[in-house]
Amino acid sequence: MFKRLLAESRTRDALVIVVASLFIWEACVELFAPSPLILPAPSAIFAEFWSSPWVFIRHSGYTLAVTAAGFAIAVALGVVLAVAIVYSRFLERTIYTLLVALNSIPKVALAPLFVIWLGTGTEPKVSVAVMLAIFPIVIDTVLGLRSVDPDMLSLARVSKASPWQVLFKIRFPCALPSLFAGMKVAISFALVGAIVGEFVAGGTGLGFQILVAQGQFDTPRVFVSLLLLSLMGTVLFYLVDFAERLCLPWHVSQRPHAGGAGG
Amino acid sequence: MDAQTTGQTYVRISRVGKVYPSPRGDVTALADIDLDVRSGEFLSVVGPSGCGKSTLLKTVAGLEAVSSGQISVRGAPVKGPPDRLGVVFQRDVLLDWRTILDNVLLSAEFQGLKRAHVEGRAKELLKRFGLGGFENRHPWELSGGMRQRASICRALLSDPELLLMDEPFGALDAMTRDDLNVELTRIWQDSAHGQRKTVLFITHSIVEAVYLSDRVVMMSRAPGRIVDVIDIDLPRPRPLSVRETPRFGELTAKIRHHFAELGILKE
Ligand SMILES: Nc1ncnc2c1ncn2[C@@H]1O[C@H](COP(=O)(O)OP(=O)(O)O)[C@@H](O)[C@H]1O
Ligand SMILES: [Mg+2]
Repeated sequence: MFKRLLAESRTRDALVIVVASLFIWEACVELFAPSPLILPAPSAIFAEFWSSPWVFIRHSGYTLAVTAAGFAIAVALGVVLAVAIVYSRFLERTIYTLLVALNSIPKVALAPLFVIWLGTGTEPKVSVAVMLAIFPIVIDTVLGLRSVDPDMLSLARVSKASPWQVLFKIRFPCALPSLFAGMKVAISFALVGAIVGEFVAGGTGLGFQILVAQGQFDTPRVFVSLLLLSLMGTVLFYLVDFAERLCLPWHVSQRPHAGGAGG
Repeated sequence: MDAQTTGQTYVRISRVGKVYPSPRGDVTALADIDLDVRSGEFLSVVGPSGCGKSTLLKTVAGLEAVSSGQISVRGAPVKGPPDRLGVVFQRDVLLDWRTILDNVLLSAEFQGLKRAHVEGRAKELLKRFGLGGFENRHPWELSGGMRQRASICRALLSDPELLLMDEPFGALDAMTRDDLNVELTRIWQDSAHGQRKTVLFITHSIVEAVYLSDRVVMMSRAPGRIVDVIDIDLPRPRPLSVRETPRFGELTAKIRHHFAELGILKE
């Protein structure tokens, strides 16, 4: 799988760009010699990482776990909510309207509330991740569940399909492309949520690392955490992308070539 | 008239009206429709777009309730979709994630039929419609004509007595449409006497209606109503060349003139 990923020109191009920018960055720092407090060179950042790799890996692992848990809960809860909203006029008018309204406020500002409610452990961090990630899931899944061709639903009625059959055999597969679109946004939001959670009340995690390093004016340390975060975000995004390809080989966006057979 | 088509009434539509409420005033889609579809008859409805053809089909299918009057199928009032019904729409609505065979089996799956019991019949139907080698292809690998053939197979799988078709060939090119007209009449004709399906076929093509049907119902717009019912006395089986015969020309001309008189078609 990794070989195949590398073989893809997209992955190769991305790697080339990353490596090239690191070299330019290094060269610029050599050339203009800014204070390491402002901008450390990539070499200094890597040195910082190598000085205590396991510390960074432990913190990364924590943030990754919070992100994954938040994302998983957001997907499970979001899909159930979306189905409920699509099937109930009442829930649509209440929960959905509320969600859409809530979506427009900066949810990050609610993070301190979770600390008051849930303490300073892992729960508030996962909760913030869920809160951020669930919106795109619900909104996109509702859209997907509603995108079924009305003629298809008529056909199901004529064939006396049960509501469950309509949900699992028609609506849900139909909503999968939208769900994946929502999941691609949600995975990044879950990571943001995890970091915000760690900012607000922490002891572990890359967000907490950044906060501590900033307090000590340890800029290389901040950069190590930032680079690890972007690496994590990218890998997570492509994992969702990969899952999408596995699940939706039939979707327009995944077809190897356009056009059908003649005749 | 063809002796085989003078069956008993299969669908009775009496004094049916349909009004769609809408914020910008109610829309009367159907007004005072009276029509009997006989058992084993191939009946087409032609009319300009918006005259209520699809609405008529949906009320017969039990998908839309009538606002006034009554529809009965096999003597029983329609309250929901009647049994032994097959429907084909203009869009083939095949599911992209299922193979052609699985799409054809969808309705049977909904009805809880064992796959092993119907799979053979599904394959046979596909073969009859020239889709023999395509069972395991996906809809997006097929042309529009092939997709519509598959959706007809899906409707025919449960061997319905009543087949409702809403402009099934309206989106196809003329040649594919001719092919499908021939195939559809052949399939319909092949059924043994007495078991012939009752077909309510909606189209906006006069030529198609005359070619396929025993009777053609002409509808006009605003409100949707029946203006005439024409018997098509062309002998069956009908090769495509029947369309070049004088009688065929007379029939299409008659319908066209009538629409022209109503101001629906320009002459
Ligand atoms: N669900 C609906 N709600 C409101 N108006 C409708 C609806 N369906 C059809 N109509 C209206 O009813 C009329 C007849 O529509 P339709 O039966 O689709 O005609 P046709 O199939 O002959 O083109 C049109 O004026 C259309 O706008
Ligand atoms: Mg229509």
